[in-house]
Amino acid sequence: MAAYRITPTFQRVLHAVKHASLRPTCWLVSRHACYSTVYDPNEKTFDKILIANRGEIACRVIKTCKKMGIRTVAVHSDVDSSAVHVKMADEAVCVGPAPTSKSYLNMDAIMDAIRSTGAQAVHPGYGFLSENKEFARRLAAEGVTFIGPDTHAIQAMGDKIESKLLAKAAKVNTIPGFDGVVKNAEDAVKIAQEIGYPVMIKASAGGGGKGMRIAWNDEETREGFRFSSQEAASSFGDDRLLIEKYIDNPRHIEIQVLADKHGNALWLNERECSIQRRNQKVVEEAPSTFLDPATRRAMGEQAVSLAKAVKYSSAGTVEFLVDSQKNFYFLEMNTRLQVEHPITECITGLDLVQQMILVAKGYKLQHKQEDIPINGWAFESRVYAEDPYKSFGLPSIGRLSQYEEPVDLGGVRVDSGIQEGSEISIYYDPMISKLVTYGATRAEALKKMEDALDNYVIRGVTHNISLLREIIVHPRFISGDISTNFLPEVYPEGFKGHPLTAGEQRELLAAASALYVASQLRAQRFLGQQRVSITEQERKSWELCVELDNGAHMLCVSRTGTNYKVEIDGEKVDVSGEWNLASTLLPLTINGNHRVLQCLSRNASGEITLQYLGTSFKVRVLSKLAASLSKHMHEKVPEDTSSILRSPMPGTVVAVSVKAGDTVAEGQEICVIEAMKMQNSMTAAKTAKVKSVHCKAGETVGEGDLLVELE
Amino acid sequence: MAAVPLLRSAGEGILTGLKYTVKNFGHVPQSRGALAGCRLFQSTQWSSAAHGSVQERIESKRRAALQGGGPARIQGQHNRGKLTARERVSLLLDPDSFVEYDMFVEHRCADFGMQADHNKYPGDSVVTGQGRINGRLVYVFSQDFTVFGGSLSGAHAQKICKVMDQAMMVGAPVIGLNDSGGARIQEGVESLAGYADIFLRNVLASGVVPQISLIMGPCAGGAVYSPALTDFTFMVKDTSYLFITGPDVVKSVTNEDVTQEELGGAKTHTAVSGVAHRAFENDVDALLNLREFFNFLPLSNKDSAPVTECHDPSDRLVPGLDTLVPFETTKAYDMLDIIHGIVDEREFFEIMPNYAKNIVVGFARMNGRTVGIVGNQPKVASGCLDINSSVKGARFVRFCDAFNIPIITFVDVPGFLPGTAQEYGGIIRHGAKLLFAFAEATVPKITIITRKAYGGAYDVMSSKHLRGDVNYAWPSAEVAVMGAKGAVQIIFRGKENQADAEAEYVEKFANPFPAAVRGFVDDIIQPSTTRMRICRDLEVLGSKKQSNPWKKHANIPL
Repeated sequence: MAAYRITPTFQRVLHAVKHASLRPTCWLVSRHACYSTVYDPNEKTFDKILIANRGEIACRVIKTCKKMGIRTVAVHSDVDSSAVHVKMADEAVCVGPAPTSKSYLNMDAIMDAIRSTGAQAVHPGYGFLSENKEFARRLAAEGVTFIGPDTHAIQAMGDKIESKLLAKAAKVNTIPGFDGVVKNAEDAVKIAQEIGYPVMIKASAGGGGKGMRIAWNDEETREGFRFSSQEAASSFGDDRLLIEKYIDNPRHIEIQVLADKHGNALWLNERECSIQRRNQKVVEEAPSTFLDPATRRAMGEQAVSLAKAVKYSSAGTVEFLVDSQKNFYFLEMNTRLQVEHPITECITGLDLVQQMILVAKGYKLQHKQEDIPINGWAFESRVYAEDPYKSFGLPSIGRLSQYEEPVDLGGVRVDSGIQEGSEISIYYDPMISKLVTYGATRAEALKKMEDALDNYVIRGVTHNISLLREIIVHPRFISGDISTNFLPEVYPEGFKGHPLTAGEQRELLAAASALYVASQLRAQRFLGQQRVSITEQERKSWELCVELDNGAHMLCVSRTGTNYKVEIDGEKVDVSGEWNLASTLLPLTINGNHRVLQCLSRNASGEITLQYLGTSFKVRVLSKLAASLSKHMHEKVPEDTSSILRSPMPGTVVAVSVKAGDTVAEGQEICVIEAMKMQNSMTAAKTAKVKSVHCKAGETVGEGDLLVELE
Repeated sequence: MAAVPLLRSAGEGILTGLKYTVKNFGHVPQSRGALAGCRLFQSTQWSSAAHGSVQERIESKRRAALQGGGPARIQGQHNRGKLTARERVSLLLDPDSFVEYDMFVEHRCADFGMQADHNKYPGDSVVTGQGRINGRLVYVFSQDFTVFGGSLSGAHAQKICKVMDQAMMVGAPVIGLNDSGGARIQEGVESLAGYADIFLRNVLASGVVPQISLIMGPCAGGAVYSPALTDFTFMVKDTSYLFITGPDVVKSVTNEDVTQEELGGAKTHTAVSGVAHRAFENDVDALLNLREFFNFLPLSNKDSAPVTECHDPSDRLVPGLDTLVPFETTKAYDMLDIIHGIVDEREFFEIMPNYAKNIVVGFARMNGRTVGIVGNQPKVASGCLDINSSVKGARFVRFCDAFNIPIITFVDVPGFLPGTAQEYGGIIRHGAKLLFAFAEATVPKITIITRKAYGGAYDVMSSKHLRGDVNYAWPSAEVAVMGAKGAVQIIFRGKENQADAEAEYVEKFANPFPAAVRGFVDDIIQPSTTRMRICRDLEVLGSKKQSNPWKKHANIPL
């Protein structure tokens, strides 16, 4: 990570480093520019911490531990044995095979790892065992410190029903709803009718959007009940559900709290997390454009009072729904470090992991509420291995054949747990990284996010960079006019990539044709060959035909050195660049504007895939002759997909509801695929007889695998 | 073309000169630049009717030649999704580089009414000549399906032989674009003689200049043996067929019902028979890919492998390779991941990608220089060697060796595939081909053992013992006679503690040391440095000189 520009935060870091006369390792603080914290290795905490997690959060925790002079132990499943977190840690213990229930959720194996390595404390990260009271209890029984709140707080806040009652008692605003456990689907319908539609059905033990469904009528309530209880059972081993009023079009804003074991608690400002898909966050920012200081304070104070009411210690998050009138309702409290914590770190300068470790050791908070600043603005984009064209993101898997993080740009932090060559598997969360940018102003941080997304190289898996980039440049997002319905509202037909304006399309065509000419010219440059024709004059101009989305464009390219002039439909476009055909990035100047494109593929048939403005576009560049001859080529008939059901993602078949010979109605459920703990119902695209079934329950399927054929 | 300047002066009215010139021009057997000449004629004002008659005949013959079988047949060709012989040539070669030969050649058949004027087509059923692909010389013949279905007459064969002879003489590749119904039946034995003349030249040119066949329509009967003799046979999907006899004859002889596509389509030959090396979507796609493919090849066996401008740093590290080979020796990975990671710009022109997939072969560049890559593919049949993969590998290795292309071999092979099917099929004889090819090759040979190198297959895969120039092992390499389990069952037969013995065997042999201490591998290298090491070695081996003992020719176990 490049050094941060000189800002007040950075100067404070320099100052602190100079005056603390610390060991050279502390110089690291300047490289992780978002922290103003000083790491004092002489501050006695723990000798060794075990991180009961994987991926980016394990790496994130290990980084702070290293700065604090604490030795680290990684746990891992067998398929993760060469994972980044394993390499970063001082020691590593394999705790079982790939499925999480047998490894990262395997308490016995993790307890053994703690004993064998002599770790004094455990950081659970998020997910897995982070909010598992049984785990916290077992650690306590063996005298190992759990870096997080105590069992009582986990239990109280982990249960949505109990937490709501507690919140009410602590005078925190809550959502109207049913405060008991729902018995069955019919009970769910009855309760839903009493509260009034729409309602939200969610797992009592849940979190992270899993086991959550919105219902607008009785039928959806029944279906929602079935799915949510199945998901809850598979994700949390607890199928209890609750129902509450669904607040339409709300914002999701959460308050970071930090409390110690001495009754002190702070609120570290808010995070705006409204951009979500299927109740999972996609883009977050801190602070929120929506909150005024008074609302912020009111929310912060309620959050702190809830924390104090449950004698909370460590870092925690109180989530609120905020309606358009700035009324806010308590949603839940997450008794762990949140995924999106880095943006809070960026604007406050605090290292939350360090704070958690200090609190766990029994230190008092060093900061007072008035010491907590909002310095600048920060954004976080969750970069996922998923296809955003399918319901804003269905998981994809694969090997990261090429991977470069844009960390050389200033003001960028990338929290990741993978590297080039890593495998994104069906066993774990498909998150590639958290891309965080920060700047003095919101506009600056946003511009950096745009640059960072353009410079992020991810090859080998489908990713959601296109969606992320569309969100952050959308006028509604820029103006702060967002809600949790942002994605369905802005893309009612689903996300289809960046819609090109006429000018952008010209830029794209010009870039593609110039790249084509550059590669054609290079193909003629043989080194040390005597037998290449010397009479052939290098051509100065090319007439080309570029096909994009079935539309063909005739254009003329002329070249002087590395500068290309492209004439398209009477308009001239200037393109210049280095034309390094091996580079993953293709930095170009198009009509005076600097743009970073990526050439994702290029082949002899003239097909070029360019990532432009975040979205990948397929074009085909042909010489005029080849284009005119192409007219005689027959279209190849693509496979009729309405009678074929293929798996849209890799996963496990949970249930198959049909057999060969059955007649299915359009929209009828055919089978259910579970991937990354989400259950997806596959339905028939037309009314037809089932010809053959190619999957059975319990089987693993890959993306594109044939599931069922209809007649 | 000496005639052209004279013609230009003729246009200015020097009539005596004109007469001589035209006559002379008409007799130039190899009228190079014929097309350019054609344009000159059109732009010249002719005043004399007496001389115009020859001139007009020249013009009209040229026009007729350019029209092939005429507009209706051209339309028919287009309706089938196919290009004409001339369109193909113009797309294959650099713009304006085609120099046509024998535009005036006509068939000499006088039977069955063939002597009639309307049955004569200038140039007959094939277009021949030479031109350039990215500036480099190539000889081309392109069969014209619009003239008698592209059937092969004596004249047709003679035209092909002429370009092949010249290609051999100057040392330049020959590309054949095949689209022919077969022999010209009206000509009988003359046609058969023509095929044989071509076959002979195919054989003589083998190993002298690269020969490439692109099947762009039917190619049946004896005609198939010309592509079969060339170095590479490519096909166009859905419009090209190769078979000895068509479906009708098959039905009458063996009573099998089979379609053209099933019998000899692109899918059959690229996936089942191994006759074709690759197939492309359509004519345009195939010709553009052929241009790209041509860039990998040297012009002849006297030229070195071409080096193109390269933007990919030769010392680039490939960190992803360090974690590619799984810890479990039984788990598969994709050899193409290694190849793509190591070669220039991830560009790999795979040969026979759908046939014998347990071995991967193809062309790539290292620091700009063409190399041939051979790799066992653990993803398919654990990467074992069987009959088909041995033959596929052997033919590729021999091509590289014949044309001075260095060979890089990635080894992860558990051995030869056992079983009656293989033994009865002659795995011993066919496996020997790969061994023979590697052993005989004198081009630079670099070998990287990525994981398993077991048994005889270890020896075969360009081992040190077969004159591998540089042999590396990755830390995950295991060079042994066989896997631990099998070995222990033999060494400790009937004894207890098989598990302990197995662990001991793994400790002793399932690592690169036994080979490294004996010097059978030159170094154990970090996978991420592989590209850098190979690029450096290739530079060093650039001046390698090695020759085999004098012989008439070797006797490879066919």
